[in-house]
Amino acid sequence: MCGIIGVIDRNRSLMDGSHIKSALSMMNERGSGEGAGYVAYGVYPEFKDYYALHVFFDNVHEHKKAVDALLSQWGTIIHDEEIPTYEQQGLRRVHTPWRYFFAPDTSLMTRSSTPAEDIVTSLVMKVNTQVTGALIFSSGKNLGVFKAAGWPEEVADFYRIEDYSGYIWMGHNRYPTNTPGWWGGAHPFNLLNWSVVHNGEITSYGTNRRYIESFGYQCSMFTDTEVVAYMVDLLARQHGLSQEMTVRALAPPFWDEIDREVPKQQELDRAIRLTYASAMMNGPFAIVVADQDTMVAFTDRSKLRPLVGAENGSKLYVSSEEAAIRAMDPDIDDVFTPRAGDPIIGRVVA
Amino acid sequence: MMESVTIDAAGMHYTPLNKQIRAAVAAGVKRIVLEHVLGQRFIADGLRGDDVVIEIHGVPGGDLGMFMSGPTVIVHGNCEHAPGNTMDSGTIVVHGSAGDAVAHSMRGGTIFVRGHIGYRGGIHMKQYQEKRPTLVIGEYSRAFLGEYMAGGTVLVLGLHGGVPVEERGLGSGIHGGEIIIRGDVDDQYLGVGAMKTVLSEQDRERIAPLIRQFADHFGIDAAPLLSAAYTRIVPVSGRPFAGKYTNE
Repeated sequence: MCGIIGVIDRNRSLMDGSHIKSALSMMNERGSGEGAGYVAYGVYPEFKDYYALHVFFDNVHEHKKAVDALLSQWGTIIHDEEIPTYEQQGLRRVHTPWRYFFAPDTSLMTRSSTPAEDIVTSLVMKVNTQVTGALIFSSGKNLGVFKAAGWPEEVADFYRIEDYSGYIWMGHNRYPTNTPGWWGGAHPFNLLNWSVVHNGEITSYGTNRRYIESFGYQCSMFTDTEVVAYMVDLLARQHGLSQEMTVRALAPPFWDEIDREVPKQQELDRAIRLTYASAMMNGPFAIVVADQDTMVAFTDRSKLRPLVGAENGSKLYVSSEEAAIRAMDPDIDDVFTPRAGDPIIGRVVA
Repeated sequence: MMESVTIDAAGMHYTPLNKQIRAAVAAGVKRIVLEHVLGQRFIADGLRGDDVVIEIHGVPGGDLGMFMSGPTVIVHGNCEHAPGNTMDSGTIVVHGSAGDAVAHSMRGGTIFVRGHIGYRGGIHMKQYQEKRPTLVIGEYSRAFLGEYMAGGTVLVLGLHGGVPVEERGLGSGIHGGEIIIRGDVDDQYLGVGAMKTVLSEQDRERIAPLIRQFADHFGIDAAPLLSAAYTRIVPVSGRPFAGKYTNE
């Protein structure tokens, strides 16, 4: 059991983090105080052309040198600083959150059509698996993940998220079940511009992980959600699938449903299921994925986790609970529930 | 002694809220009005008192009326997950819609939902001797309605004008009780262990009082509902999964 919430303003109007903090804490029953986090898009306009790398250092003096060296080897560090944090009672500062604004040197990745993304991805994988005492947990442009092991309010106050303004926000309140709660295991999970929050369990984690690792991704955070972020990067960015098709691959219709579809749809759905058999995710889940232009929410095909949506003007909300959305925006009309496996999609128009 | 109290629940945690409700009932209050409810879980859980009415304005949190025995809860708004979870007796009236697992494991009493409900409504409802729980849904239900149902009655009225159930797993694993749905039900939506039967005249007489109560609660005309056609879903057997894990 976890609590998730997301909002996108389709006109890119900025919202500060105070509302999502109060919405997420409505769902404290869904968490256990061992992990909470937020992601906001649009928070670094002054550095919007550079990759914002958020890093947890176990010890800045000991472990930062290796990251500095790797980044300098593959590009330029435009600016770096400690992420401002504020001591909270009850939240043990295990790591020091740091941020880099990084410009990859694309001439170093000659055979790639997306050299910048490939450099950043490989740096994330390299640091997270090979550099002791450092973990890159956010690596997109003009966005930032803010997470830690604690309750939603503590984590929000630790980073003082009301000081950040974004046009997409997602929040997560974690109730770890299969793996221990720790800073890196808190949601959102992020790679490049993809961020994921997730309630539930990816029972097919083993299969999915083997599949995604065959494409060079490396799982290092001891939790199933990580694989979703990499899967979306593979399918949506590398393979160029639309958001709808990506969801269709991850949570496809049952075979008996496909059998009843019209021939053309049947052919498509069969092709997706066969091509992406190992990407298909099993188990109970409600997932929200965002990139810089979109927020997509969907559940497993048997609808074993809650998900509701609501709209108010240019804003689209999704959450585990209606009350959380109403806490954020009392003026929504009514809530709606997507069918199991069908995505709720919000896209920016401006 | 006060007959009625009003509690402003704005920003209140559910623990002090429930304490106030219990204190009011213990003091003999018969009508409790809760204003500005938003997301407070567990309201009226385990509460006893056949003549107590709780009126809720807003959206109560999950597990409303869990283990409740006797009171009537009227919700002017939507409900989250599992209102009436393992409820023993009493009534819940929801003027809006409700989330997943409505009437989860309910063992007695009645729930009326004016709007629609989410997935797995009536999951694990049960019955024993005179205890026969009932769930009446005004509009429609999502998939897996009456999953693993062991007793009681679920009635879906299709007041939205569309098909009341058009998703998979209807009565999946049902081994007791009945699901009555307005109109016909496409075979493809039937779950494992569920089968369709016709609604007999005796059945129709049996559900007529339920329909009238529903109509009274929400101020609608009962006549078209009383004369409508219904399909009754019942278990194929009392042990639909016998032999699934062992050879018998």
